[in-house]
Amino acid sequence: MNDTMKPAEATEIVCIVCPNGCRIQCTPSDGGYVFSGNKCPRGVEYAKSELTHPMRSLTTSVHTVFADAPVVSVRTDGEIEKSKIREVVAAIGAFTVKERIKIGDVVVRNVCQTGVDVICTTNRLIESSGRQTAKGAS
Amino acid sequence: MTQILSFDVTVIGAGPAGLAAALEADKNGASVLLIEREACLGGILKQCIHDGFGLVRFHEKLSGPEYAERFISRLPESGVQVSTLSFVSHAEKVGGNYYITLVTRDGMQRVRTRSLVLATGCRERTSRQIGVHGHHCAGVFTAGSAQYYTNILGELPTRRCVVLGSGDIGLIMARRLTLEGAEVVGVYEAKPTPSGLLRNVSQCLTDFDIPLHTSKTVTRVFGDQRLSAVEISDVDEKMHPIPGTEQRIECDALILSVGLIPENELAESLRVPIDPKTKGAIVDEHNQTLADGVFACGNALHVNDLVDYVSESGETAGRAAANSARVRSLLDARCDATLLYVVPQRIDRMQSKETRVFFFRAARDMDNVVLTVSRGNDILLQKKYAHLRPPEMERLPLSLSTAQLEGEEPIRFHLEGTRDE
Repeated sequence: MNDTMKPAEATEIVCIVCPNGCRIQCTPSDGGYVFSGNKCPRGVEYAKSELTHPMRSLTTSVHTVFADAPVVSVRTDGEIEKSKIREVVAAIGAFTVKERIKIGDVVVRNVCQTGVDVICTTNRLIESSGRQTAKGAS
Repeated sequence: MTQILSFDVTVIGAGPAGLAAALEADKNGASVLLIEREACLGGILKQCIHDGFGLVRFHEKLSGPEYAERFISRLPESGVQVSTLSFVSHAEKVGGNYYITLVTRDGMQRVRTRSLVLATGCRERTSRQIGVHGHHCAGVFTAGSAQYYTNILGELPTRRCVVLGSGDIGLIMARRLTLEGAEVVGVYEAKPTPSGLLRNVSQCLTDFDIPLHTSKTVTRVFGDQRLSAVEISDVDEKMHPIPGTEQRIECDALILSVGLIPENELAESLRVPIDPKTKGAIVDEHNQTLADGVFACGNALHVNDLVDYVSESGETAGRAAANSARVRSLLDARCDATLLYVVPQRIDRMQSKETRVFFFRAARDMDNVVLTVSRGNDILLQKKYAHLRPPEMERLPLSLSTAQLEGEEPIRFHLEGTRDE
């Protein structure tokens, strides 16, 4: 995980913004870069960010005290610095969920001083896993 | 005497395809039964906690459970009847209707339905299907099972593992296991190029310095009760292992991401013709199979890489299943060996809407590609693509007028391009 500016040489970056996965050619020019191969402007933004301060969203899980759902899935509600992923994962891993939270509830506020919250992404703690049975129609 | 429940549309499977199909059939005025064998709805999305779902449909980067919830939350205000912990043990056609036998916690139920939507998803290929030899020991997991252990049960299935196959789930699990503290020695792929999306190679492997080794495969597994090592060999261009290249890697698990196959047990029992290329049912543009009244959608139809397209496929099936019109006049759509497949494989001349949506995959990595869609000597469409790769499915809306569909000459798909190195 490299957080510093990459050396000024031609490089190809695979854009992860959308499923297109454009292969963006980054060619050094006048102390900056010229970008090509991207289908939309978000690709240029991604490539610039990737060459200076790579950012990522993070998804992981947190343990709970509930036997019916021993873990719940969470994600950062925004992007964090790529270099902080391991630190943030460790911080999230130290938490245990003790309440029956739902999608969107904050699990960790301002995780590792990134300014980003960690939110719950599942309703498995509030879903009744009891059966539903059809009663017929028409 | 068992009471027979009656519905216009019965959807089997409540993953993303089935949820979308049921909601869309309900919106189009049908009485709908949605059957799910598990306790909770959402299918495989429940364990896909990574993000990237919904970028096409919602323009948001959602996790799997969040994406599923967008559909599940619409069910209470719909008229869709849901039956969970329910399994279809038998389906048959009697007259113009389908009768299914449903095994539920309340016992057996009989359901009569005018239309049947198969949204049964796909299954992972296992070690037996790829001929991995050696000891029968614990520690060989499909990527999906490893994902279930990690994300649903909260139990890490390995401390140090090898991933065989570079499909998207394998790449995503390599990252996931690394984040949970396991060591992923490497991802090994028998083909010369990765099987997953390039963006997943980038954000799952490159980001975490996990090596990707192409043209290599696992040739043996070692272990008494638990896996202790695997043997890796180089493979030639026909993917046959090259003797003398064996290398032993100590590990406690082998994670397999070696392909997905549409689940067709019910389709086959109803004698629905299957396309050997997609390994799913042959369908028209409404996702109706060659058996009138039986529809297939999502990964049961062909394995998709984006859930957004799975939902679209479910909606297409649900909308058409709600409509009772059954008269069709089908024309073949075929691809040659430059494509892996094209879906739909039939076009209904009777449909009034001119735009048909096709999905296809290139047979190999290609650059500067031209797709030609033709009938006889008539070129219906030519479209350029900078790159095409087998793992990346393309969606192609195509406008075809009634005049263009006269006669029996099939619609043909062909790709022309330079080979990528």
